[in-house]
Amino acid sequence: MSQPAAVAVPHAHVEHESHDGPLGFWRTYVFSTDHKVIGIQYAITGLLFLLFGFSLMMLMRWQLAYPGAALPLLGGILGEGRMPGGTMLPEFYNELGAMHGTIMVFMGVVPLAVGGFGNFVLPLQIGAPDMAFPRLNMASYWFFFLGGVTMLASFFVPGGAAQSGWTSYTPLSVIAGTGQTVWLIGMVFLITSSLLGAVNFIVTTIQLRAKGLTFMRFPFFVWAQFVTAFLLLLAFPPLEAAATMQLMDRLAGTSFFLPSGLVVSGQVLTNAGGGNPILWQHLFWFLAHPEVYVLILPAMGIVAEIIANNTRKPLWGYRSMVWSLIFLGFMSFIVWAHHMFMTGMGTAMAAFFQTTTMIISIPSVVILTALVISLWGGSIRFNTPMLFAVGFLPMFGIGGLTGLPLGLNVADIPLHDTYYVIAHFHYVVAPGTIFALFAGIYYWYPKATGRKMNETLGKIHFAGSFVCMNVIFMPMFMLGLAGVSRRLFDGGATYAFAQPVLHLNVISSWGAWILALFQIPFIFNFFWSIRKGEKTDGNPWQATTIEWAAPSPPPHGNFLTPPEAFRGPYEYSVPGAAKDFVPQYEA
Amino acid sequence: MDIPYTVEVRRDTGLTNGKIGIWLFLASEVMLFGALFASYILIRTGAPSWPRGDTILNVPLATFNTIVLITSSVTMVMAWASLMRNRFGTFRIYMGATILLGCVFLVVKYFEYSHKFHDGLFPRTNNFLAIYFTLTGLHMLHVFGGMVVNAYFLGPGSKLWKTNPEWFTNRVEHSGLFWHFVDLVWIFLFPTLYLL
Repeated sequence: MSQPAAVAVPHAHVEHESHDGPLGFWRTYVFSTDHKVIGIQYAITGLLFLLFGFSLMMLMRWQLAYPGAALPLLGGILGEGRMPGGTMLPEFYNELGAMHGTIMVFMGVVPLAVGGFGNFVLPLQIGAPDMAFPRLNMASYWFFFLGGVTMLASFFVPGGAAQSGWTSYTPLSVIAGTGQTVWLIGMVFLITSSLLGAVNFIVTTIQLRAKGLTFMRFPFFVWAQFVTAFLLLLAFPPLEAAATMQLMDRLAGTSFFLPSGLVVSGQVLTNAGGGNPILWQHLFWFLAHPEVYVLILPAMGIVAEIIANNTRKPLWGYRSMVWSLIFLGFMSFIVWAHHMFMTGMGTAMAAFFQTTTMIISIPSVVILTALVISLWGGSIRFNTPMLFAVGFLPMFGIGGLTGLPLGLNVADIPLHDTYYVIAHFHYVVAPGTIFALFAGIYYWYPKATGRKMNETLGKIHFAGSFVCMNVIFMPMFMLGLAGVSRRLFDGGATYAFAQPVLHLNVISSWGAWILALFQIPFIFNFFWSIRKGEKTDGNPWQATTIEWAAPSPPPHGNFLTPPEAFRGPYEYSVPGAAKDFVPQYEA
Repeated sequence: MDIPYTVEVRRDTGLTNGKIGIWLFLASEVMLFGALFASYILIRTGAPSWPRGDTILNVPLATFNTIVLITSSVTMVMAWASLMRNRFGTFRIYMGATILLGCVFLVVKYFEYSHKFHDGLFPRTNNFLAIYFTLTGLHMLHVFGGMVVNAYFLGPGSKLWKTNPEWFTNRVEHSGLFWHFVDLVWIFLFPTLYLL
């Protein structure tokens, strides 16, 4: 593979290892350094974890809809320690809850959005032969894999997996069982993985972009991944510090997060005390708020690509979208304590964080509005990727707008511990981000395999998922506004005031189970299309960005000739042009 | 397949991939230690009483260790400078000295730790010792990591010098940047824990 022409003088690469010969099965598909293979590994592992995390939730939904009822068949398989007689124990419910959150966020959505799409698409979109550090890239995947295996193994340690929520709030998590230690070790692996990935993405974007591809000619997806990588790079280390301190608390008996005189089960703990439980929340949310944007920015990037492509129009307000993205990334570091109004922080602190929270909603709204206006006057092609992308817009809109009351101290306090919060962030992440990820899978599948996924199955998948997602989450807003706590393992059955709304739990649960059925067409389509899908050429969507200049699937090294960028990323329907799109890579 | 800009700089950024990579990595390290320092401040300001470091810890030993680490940073620069002047023999001497000084630091730290344990002072004893052992322990891991990388460049990694001296020199420079960072962390740790 040669240099992207003429940006620098090539040196003699005597030492560079040659990847040109056939590499054998293991080096090609398992321990590969090719960004596309690593991207697909990330994507498939991420999808499997999403399915697994979803399954945990479907079990919980049984308990919430029919508290105390014996679960037929499956209850027996899970054993007496978890579901004696098929009835779920509260401890097991807590395990499921904590692990659902952890798996979905850290092992499902982020690996798929950043590890999967970032690895596969970003180098192609900037015209690079691979990532800047291919072996680090491989290490990043295997650290993630190790972290995933560690997390799964935690279900089998004595006492079961972590039970303190995906947030692992102290002091509860410090006095919890062994599963929490395994959780912390798993997190250290996952953090290492995302750190290696983040460094790689930033360096690749800055250094390996093709000739002529200036920053303001980047596709919006590249910008989204670039900003996301900075969030991962700078926000995760504080959680690593916090995980280290929690491990010290659990294993070395320190008291970083244990206050003096803590009473557990009627006994005063004998530890030194003097620690600060709120410190954990600060360090955790210092990561986890930027993490929210790690979940949403790549999704916005995917949706922007697909909307521009299928409206056959340039994105409306590309530059303001990019600046909003950068501003969003910066602001995401100074809003974290809006997750912590319940800790009783002073009014000055609360005022600061609710102000920054209101400010950060502006760039989000700018991006979403720009995407909606992009639809205006377009001759829209409603293929499956576009359906999911258009579905993303109102779903993310609902998720975002319902977040505003939570950003205000006064409104947050009554809502915070209720299902309202669950509904709010699931609207952002589940029908929001995950729809965008599905859109991305349908959109770039032809690039990865050379074949399109089946449109009919795709449309069934979309329609079913769209309806079910709303059936699941809309009732939760009502449950939350009725005041039902989100932390109860019986869904509020023991509270008199909750009785009029309890039937909503049943609706929500059936929505979840039917949603699972509507994923079957997708899973079938995904595997069936590898061999039987409609064959496509290099650019099946008539798209403008550089990844479509490569053959489908691209060989190791990606491009046959080093690509060059001659114009901005979305030159659709240019007046006077011969076609309705002018690719970035054509002179 | 070759990745561009591993050895030669990209003209419009003026940097190699590795140089940006190591600086980004150091940025994340700043956040890691920054979070721990912030935690230290929060726990200390919330504590009713807090011991002065020199009443518990051994200041002369730590001063000695500070000098050791600073000297090792100097030898690290000299090792890189030797490569820049094409003197591989001198590089080996300075790199060896850097690793040796790292060993001295760890040995002194070992004596400090075992002395504390002997006196019955453990991380669980109080939060001062908790933060002391956590911060210095994490720092020691970094010292050890830096030594492993340096030992690799002194040993098997130095084969690259024969085939691509420029690339090898860059790698030593990057390793040096990390080493200086580890040194810098200690320079913050020393007054924070031992003197204040």
